[in-house]
Amino acid sequence: MAEVIFFIAAIGVIAGALGTVLLRNAFYAVLSLVGHLISLAALFLLLRAEFVAAAQVVVYAGAVMVLYVFVVAYVGGVDQELTGAGTGTGLRGVSALFGIVLLVELCIAILGSSLESLDTQGTGFFAAFGSPPEIGELLLTKFLLAFEAASFLLLVAAVGAVILARRRSGLEDPREVSVADLMRSGEGGTLSDEKERGSLAEAAGPPNL
Amino acid sequence: MSISWYLVVSAFVFSIGAGGVLVRRNPLVILLCIELMLNAANLALVAFARANGDMEGQIFAIIVMVVAACEVAVGLGLIVALYRRRLPIDVDELRELQG
Repeated sequence: MAEVIFFIAAIGVIAGALGTVLLRNAFYAVLSLVGHLISLAALFLLLRAEFVAAAQVVVYAGAVMVLYVFVVAYVGGVDQELTGAGTGTGLRGVSALFGIVLLVELCIAILGSSLESLDTQGTGFFAAFGSPPEIGELLLTKFLLAFEAASFLLLVAAVGAVILARRRSGLEDPREVSVADLMRSGEGGTLSDEKERGSLAEAAGPPNL
Repeated sequence: MSISWYLVVSAFVFSIGAGGVLVRRNPLVILLCIELMLNAANLALVAFARANGDMEGQIFAIIVMVVAACEVAVGLGLIVALYRRRLPIDVDELRELQG
């Protein structure tokens, strides 16, 4: 039974990964990655990592992928050719070859290793292996420093993302016309050249010193 | 199933992700491929945790997921900033670093 579930989930994992790389539309690539993540959660369950599997589905396939879908919808589905102008197809072939060489090398490293535990189904484990209480206890005792560092990293990344994606005051779109400009132009004719030049100089930011 | 099978699946996914980072030009898809590579590492970590019978590999996998979430937030913020400045969403066009 475990073998059947493993092969179904492994095919899902690899097919999802291939779809992510090969599909042209970025939106479909994101959906393919969601399928990949859910199949991967099934593999985690087979490996007795219940909490990691649940976190994978809820946090990754849920929250992070929703963020991706929103950004793809905002930027717009940029249909891209896999081969086309830009970098030559020769380099692309070399890149694909690099991936295959990497796969062969990793397979040699895994299958040729002398670790005996790799050929078993894993050692014996206690009943609560991988359950949330055990994970929580480890996170708050042995790995407390890593836990706190991760929380701080999340805070820094959230602030950084907001600062990166915010609307900059000096770099606004010149095609946008504010309400104040419209009212001013209604009162005193068209916008004067000096005013426009001034706003462009502001848009360039502080002078280089 | 022996642990080697899981590691071979992990090797497949990692190679597909590495090839995708090199082949694709859309930075969104490149971020997705980096996610693939991180997930392959997660699968290997959880498989080794099962092989050794301790849960430290699972803790490591959870921390990797946190780092991946941070990377996604910052990377998507960069892509939104690119889009706001009307720059092309294509890594071949974005060759010059300038403010």
